[in-house]
Amino acid sequence: MKKYILAVLVDNKPGVLTHVSGLISRRAFNIESISAGYTEERDVTRINIEVCVESACELEQVVSQLGKLIDVIKIVNLGEADSIVRELVLLKVRAQKETLSDIRNIVDIFRGKIVDVSPENVVIELTGSRSKIDAICEMLAEFQIIEIARTGAIALSRGPVPVKNM
Amino acid sequence: MLMNGAQAVLESLRREKVEVIFGYPGGAVLDLYDALYKTKYPHILTRHEQGAVHGADGYARATGRVGVCFATSGPGATNLITGIATANMDSIPLVCFTGQVGNPFIGKDSFQEADIVGITTPITKHNYLVKQVQDLPRIIREAFFIAATGRPGPVVIDIAKDVFTAELDYEYPENVHLPGYSGDFTGDEAQVEAAVEALKEARRPLVFLGGGVTLSGEAALLRSVLQTTRIPAVSSLMGLGCVPSSQDGFLGMVGMHGSYAANMAVQECDLLIGIGVRFDDRVIGRVAEFAPKARIVHFDVDRAEINKNVRADFPVVGDLRWSLPVFAHLLQESAEDYIGRYSVWRNYVMEMNDKYPFAYKTHAEYIMPQELIEKVSSLVDDDTIVVTDVGQHQMWAAQFFNSRRPRQFLTSGGLGTMGYGLPAALGAKLGCPEKKVVLFTGDGSIMMNCQEMSTAADNNIDIKVVLLHNRVLGMVSQWQRMFYGKRYSQTLLGGRTDFVKLAEAMGMRACCIEKPETLEPMLQEALASDGPMLIDVMLPGNEDVLPMVAPGACLSDMVLEGEKA
Repeated sequence: MKKYILAVLVDNKPGVLTHVSGLISRRAFNIESISAGYTEERDVTRINIEVCVESACELEQVVSQLGKLIDVIKIVNLGEADSIVRELVLLKVRAQKETLSDIRNIVDIFRGKIVDVSPENVVIELTGSRSKIDAICEMLAEFQIIEIARTGAIALSRGPVPVKNM
Repeated sequence: MLMNGAQAVLESLRREKVEVIFGYPGGAVLDLYDALYKTKYPHILTRHEQGAVHGADGYARATGRVGVCFATSGPGATNLITGIATANMDSIPLVCFTGQVGNPFIGKDSFQEADIVGITTPITKHNYLVKQVQDLPRIIREAFFIAATGRPGPVVIDIAKDVFTAELDYEYPENVHLPGYSGDFTGDEAQVEAAVEALKEARRPLVFLGGGVTLSGEAALLRSVLQTTRIPAVSSLMGLGCVPSSQDGFLGMVGMHGSYAANMAVQECDLLIGIGVRFDDRVIGRVAEFAPKARIVHFDVDRAEINKNVRADFPVVGDLRWSLPVFAHLLQESAEDYIGRYSVWRNYVMEMNDKYPFAYKTHAEYIMPQELIEKVSSLVDDDTIVVTDVGQHQMWAAQFFNSRRPRQFLTSGGLGTMGYGLPAALGAKLGCPEKKVVLFTGDGSIMMNCQEMSTAADNNIDIKVVLLHNRVLGMVSQWQRMFYGKRYSQTLLGGRTDFVKLAEAMGMRACCIEKPETLEPMLQEALASDGPMLIDVMLPGNEDVLPMVAPGACLSDMVLEGEKA
């Protein structure tokens, strides 16, 4: 299984997410994450899809099938372009006075931030690659992770050319 | 022009030159039907919403135009689902209008509310929920454009009830602006050139044509390409009629119930040229052993069809209206002697075709189903439209009815929808009133939409329903006979239904044919008579459709007539 990140530009209209997610389920595509948000253009939404495929053929199917959706404007496989990939995670971790400094050390090493603290827990914010996030989760496991919220991966290509002009 | 949403829908249909609407009224579309009453827009009231959508589908297949149907919210709309899925699988252009509960009631589990956009997303080319009246003209314009261009398909427009009564300043847009869909499917000429080069290297080429050829309207051009190059050809179920069965070099249908010569030609050819086909599993059998000696050329308007089921060595992506003329032109330009080059191969496959035609044995006491189809085929003129339901009779019709032109043989291929035939036949007749329409159906299939006999009778829609009456669910019982140790689980019908009385009760004339000697004269008389009629033909219940390639087997692994265990 190989993972790719697709940047999918779609019309910012109601029903678009239904169409995209409906297609993914109908064709039994294997996706790791999906996230959507506004872009620099008011009527365009960008959907970031992390897809797992067995072969180049399967990836081609995902791209062609998505391309058929009427409200999909453009699809770029950022796995093929030189690109920067990030994911944001918020972690709620059990913390007492005596463990707080250890937790802070780990967070510093991973260049994360503690954004909320209470007598019983901290909330940590961290961006990075999937492997970096997996690594901090592993390190914090001994303190007990109470809750995790992850955005899934988003990506931008390097250089001045936006996806819409690729 | 000031008008309300309901009037705007009908005005837009008028501008799209919609001749007839198939539909069924209900609470959420009362205002739409009120406007319809006032404008006297042509409308056929079916007896079930499924009849309406299949009717629109039959109309679209027979005419090549977009079929239109109306249904109310909730159950009305969900009754369309089978018909929408049927049209989607066979790429039939439809625009289906459904009423939705009013804006303030959406999402509240209101009376007769169902999320139709959500439900139809996987079975439509596109769909819309209209919540604001000013969006209506644009959306309807887009829907017709999307349904009819590129690879055609069904589009659903779900309209909130209050939109029908809201007023707007009506203006119908001339052009469509969709950033993600241009409707232009011109491709890359280099791909066509590569296909022609492959043909020049081939010794044993075979054209495999499908429903896309019918949809593109390029069947005549393809036929002339086949005539000038003398490349042998086979067809999928959906492509039947694009090349007449009588044309030299045509080997008939390929696949599970395809002809011996067609299937063997696929397995022997060195270049398979798929045109407007999607390499369905009922055609290719075991993927790994499909056309093992061939390189594959694949012409298709839909990029997603390339490499979906079968790997293409030479894809030609684009509308056949663009690619086939380029292909024909390049073949004409080249100095290659195609006829000479392929003559040994052509003679070889034609010999097979002559040696192993579709065959059956006649019986002194029983009418054989194949005999019945052949008789009808010989009695009707070239203009006649033949519609089928789904099952054994459908395959016999595909094998033994001589389809002579595109849009002559209408059948639910991809989805295989029992109950499709009767309403589709009504739609075909309404679209082509000057043509005779014959439906082949079975005593299983017809019951799934038999209520539409009332529609035929009340509107005097002249269709001839030929009922292949064998008291079994034939195709499934055939599989049970062949693969499930003759355990006929729930496939034996009691046989007590009197279809003649049923038809007569609904206002249709009917007759029953039981003896082989009366078959021809009674058929002739019935087919020549005026007005809708059911012809109930009694057949034996244990006849198999042959040849047959077992599901998942290799195409050359056929059970032939006379070889049955």
